[in-house]
Amino acid sequence: MASWKGVVITVAKELWKGNEAIAEAAVRAGCKCFFGYPITPQNEIPEYMSMRLPQVGGVFVQSESELAAINMVYGAAASGVRAMTSSSSPGVSLKQEGISAMCSGELPGVVVNMMRGGPGLGTIQPSQCDYFQATRGGGNGDYRTIVLAPCDIQEAVDMTQEAFDLADLYRTPVVILGDGMIGQMMEPIEWHDIPKRELPPKDWTASGRKGRAHSNFVTSLRIDAQDCEDFNRALEAKYKTIAEKETRWAEKDAEGCDILLVAYGTPSRIALSAVEELEVKGIKAGLFRPQTVWPFPSARLAQLAAQPGLKAILVVEMSLGQMLEDVQLAVQGAKPVRFYGRVGGMVPSVEEIAEEAEKILQEVR
Amino acid sequence: MDALPSWLTAHRLTALVGHSGTGKTEVAVNMVFALAAAGVKTALADLDVVNPYFRSRERRDRFEQMGIRFVASSQAMVDADVPALPAELNTLLQDESLRSILDIGGDSGARVLSRFRHQIAGQDHQMLFVLNARRPQVATAEAAEWNIRRIGQIMGLPIDGIVNNTHLCGETTTADILLGASLAEEVSRRTGIPVVCHTAARALAGSLPELAAPIFPIDIYMKKPWER
Repeated sequence: MASWKGVVITVAKELWKGNEAIAEAAVRAGCKCFFGYPITPQNEIPEYMSMRLPQVGGVFVQSESELAAINMVYGAAASGVRAMTSSSSPGVSLKQEGISAMCSGELPGVVVNMMRGGPGLGTIQPSQCDYFQATRGGGNGDYRTIVLAPCDIQEAVDMTQEAFDLADLYRTPVVILGDGMIGQMMEPIEWHDIPKRELPPKDWTASGRKGRAHSNFVTSLRIDAQDCEDFNRALEAKYKTIAEKETRWAEKDAEGCDILLVAYGTPSRIALSAVEELEVKGIKAGLFRPQTVWPFPSARLAQLAAQPGLKAILVVEMSLGQMLEDVQLAVQGAKPVRFYGRVGGMVPSVEEIAEEAEKILQEVR
Repeated sequence: MDALPSWLTAHRLTALVGHSGTGKTEVAVNMVFALAAAGVKTALADLDVVNPYFRSRERRDRFEQMGIRFVASSQAMVDADVPALPAELNTLLQDESLRSILDIGGDSGARVLSRFRHQIAGQDHQMLFVLNARRPQVATAEAAEWNIRRIGQIMGLPIDGIVNNTHLCGETTTADILLGASLAEEVSRRTGIPVVCHTAARALAGSLPELAAPIFPIDIYMKKPWER
């Protein structure tokens, strides 16, 4: 990766590859440190960062492992610097211990997962098989991370910039959960300012005393059980606030439909094309798309499920059914919840989804 | 059937190079389809060892139907990100009865070709630089010229022509293509490398004014799963 005179040129509407756009968005959000280890399909993120970060006085380190990378993020974040790492499924598995430690140390940071087919080394083709890992916590302890799920490059760019603010505001790691398609595809985007948030001062960082009487100490160790419970209660309160304030979703014809499709990431765009195809056939179909998968938009989905006219819900994922469980928890049996998934790097087609929706409608009638 | 333009038929070997994501694969696929439809014995080599997704090999069935000989890197393992080149590539380089298009990976992907530069140099060939004015890394004449020189250096072969392939995927307008045309012409003035054609999706091709270089109407084959 190189560019002329090392300058990144901005034109009105630009064509970007997802991974590069996410990296550039991070730089524009003030990310100064990137640590990572190569893995397909996210390699353009470290590649771009290795070119770009030195231009803005930042630091790029290709670490010796994913484990090292997440712990470098821990260290950089503890010193008050905006830091990120990125990887793909098997590499993100290796980062789980560090993410748990960051939640415990209440450290901000951004972790990108461009999911590929698993389990194990799996395949380099796109997947959504790490939903459980991202939303339930793949590491130990009662922790949550904010998980943003973009469905296109524009949203990936906007969410990446906002992720750094969210991380600083709540002092927590934020995960950008993309399927490999988000990283690899090209799409037009516009650069625009994201809404500014009031951020608290970083007076907790281990970056010198700065006139204080005490030294700040960032740790994930709380030996005293009462201390540890108190800390867990504080985390619980923080997560409650995040759920109240940061839950996001998008809808298309979700009110008044006979069948509601629920999908996130690029499958939501395939589902949207299926909804349009069904509507052409005179079938009332709608789409509900979580933009945050933790916190999951359960309340709104429950509201939609309660619509008397709604006959069924169809969850579409590139997994064997992981977000499906969050949908079932939200719907609480109010309506039949069905599932269509492709796995192992296979991508569902518009026709497959539309056919499945029609079949379900015939069955539930 | 459209008569084949001279830039498409003038040389036995055409290698497409350029900054990543400028649309080399779409241009390559359209070139082989145009040649094959005109009855020309055609081959396509997908030599992208950089990009794991959106590869011409996804259209392999169509190539076979049209009698297009197709070779790809990592042929046995289409989903592996192994930068291995097929031995069959030599056939395309040597068989003078075949008109061959080589689709090369972006940027440093050109390194792949440098290994074959003596074989290519000994053949009737052209190196075409695919330019997209909407890619920010090549959106100015200076940046594009820098890119052309760098790829030329990496390959060890000079660039012979510029293809204006300016687009914004499904949002492309004629204004984008004209913006690209003026960029391509400026790059041409600076480098002395001619603009060989301007690509335009078939629906837009008719709305373009007369340009110095011919317009190459293309169909979009490299679609995303939700695109119709």
